[in-house]
Amino acid sequence: MSNKIISKEHIEYLETIKRRKRTILITQISVLVIGLTLWELAAKLNLIDTFLTSSPTDIWNMLVEYTQNGDLFHHVGISVLETIVGFTVGTVLGVIVAIGLWWSNFLAKVLEPYLVILNSLPKTALAPIIIIWIGTGYTGIIVTAITVSIIITIMNMFNSFMSVDEDKIKLLETFGATKFQILQKVILPYSIPAMINTLKVNIGLSWVGVIVGEFLVSRAGIGYLLVYGMQVFQFDLVMLGVFILAMISALMYKSVSIIENKFIKWHK
Amino acid sequence: MSKNSVVQVNNIGMTYHRLNGEIEAIKNIDFEVYQGEIVGIVGPSGCGKSTLLSIIAGLIKPSFGEVLVNGKKVAGHSEDIGYMFQSDQLFEWRTILQNVLLGLEIQGNIDEKSIRAAEELLDVYGLGDFKNNYPNQLSGGMRQRAALIRTLVVKPNLLLLDEPFSALDYQTRLAIADEVGLILKKEKKTTLLVTHDISEAISLSDRIIVLTNRPATIKDIIQIKLTCPEGTWSPINCREAPEFRYYFNKIWKELDVHVK
Repeated sequence: MSNKIISKEHIEYLETIKRRKRTILITQISVLVIGLTLWELAAKLNLIDTFLTSSPTDIWNMLVEYTQNGDLFHHVGISVLETIVGFTVGTVLGVIVAIGLWWSNFLAKVLEPYLVILNSLPKTALAPIIIIWIGTGYTGIIVTAITVSIIITIMNMFNSFMSVDEDKIKLLETFGATKFQILQKVILPYSIPAMINTLKVNIGLSWVGVIVGEFLVSRAGIGYLLVYGMQVFQFDLVMLGVFILAMISALMYKSVSIIENKFIKWHK
Repeated sequence: MSKNSVVQVNNIGMTYHRLNGEIEAIKNIDFEVYQGEIVGIVGPSGCGKSTLLSIIAGLIKPSFGEVLVNGKKVAGHSEDIGYMFQSDQLFEWRTILQNVLLGLEIQGNIDEKSIRAAEELLDVYGLGDFKNNYPNQLSGGMRQRAALIRTLVVKPNLLLLDEPFSALDYQTRLAIADEVGLILKKEKKTTLLVTHDISEAISLSDRIIVLTNRPATIKDIIQIKLTCPEGTWSPINCREAPEFRYYFNKIWKELDVHVK
């Protein structure tokens, strides 16, 4: 695409696009900065009750305190670990089950109504049962996270497997492909975009599972910090927990996007 | 020299069973295709042309009769057969070269020699510069050419083309049909071409089988002899042959099309 003579109009066009991008970014940052400033000002001028709303500096001080005594890393580390394990196991198991359903139409038909019901059920409702069955340790929390993400993974992946063009499968059959080769050469690669979308959704869902699990039983983790902060009416701590959660999930989401760009070269 | 028959279709019939009854798609189909011949199959839409090709390819089992390819009864997949579809069915996540190598990969015949052969075919048919591109970077015509090369690379004895140009726009379609015709002649491939485009069938085929409405039977088999204009032979030039109109009218009448 390069090495072509570029007209003046084209340079101007590119400039406009660039300028627009920059304006959008600047506005995005301004919204954050202005929001935080207004919040801080309102707190300092006693326009709002910091006991109920906290303030950016209070949250910052809390962050510094928890960072210095190392508590923050402990809690965040545990939650992140639980989420990553729950997320990975949920996704992998979900894909395996979806492959099973694709492989056996009979199985798919038998399980269909159960999956539909499980899918519409709020999975967090199962958390108390799971924790009673599995125990109150990390395993209980991880299993809760898996439960939240696995059903949607199965449904999404199975739908993607089934939406492969019949003729693509027929093409492989004319070459004499086995069922395993069909899975390997077309079904799975075709479903990589669906897989990545599922990963993105699952990050959020696994966090839901982990936080709910921690609400119920834990002695550590971000969910524990939130509940603890609420119980002792330390609102700064609750806000800190939420901010950290937002940061980490954004970071995890971004990592999946990077993987996506690496993997899906053919999209562009 | 006697004609070598590549395909023998012996009195096949096919009935589909559905919940709301059974559908007889084709019946009493009986014909032969000889070495190096291009045989067109035309028929009204939905008459079972694709069913017929799928049976010959061994993808579905006929309810009656049998198909012999190179004297062997077709049962399941045969490596002697190459199939080309309405749309190119290139895999978006593979480069053109990787797409072309798909058949070899599945059949476990991939080695340096076969890769080189595939690259040569791509070069010969003008896709050499695009072998590392992804399909969505190519035009419809180039994609269909890549699909043909993918079929040729596994060296099939018999090509089955199932309306291979119908997904293309009209001009590309003319150009690609012409190119494919030249490629088929050059590679001396025995070919069955299903199409609903009468002109396309006449310009490409040595013989044309006309099918009736469902259940499809053979209405007529027409030997095509065109006095193509002097110079280099090509399907598009042959459309200027004086006999072209005659065949066109004959097939049109036999198809007996009524818009209901």
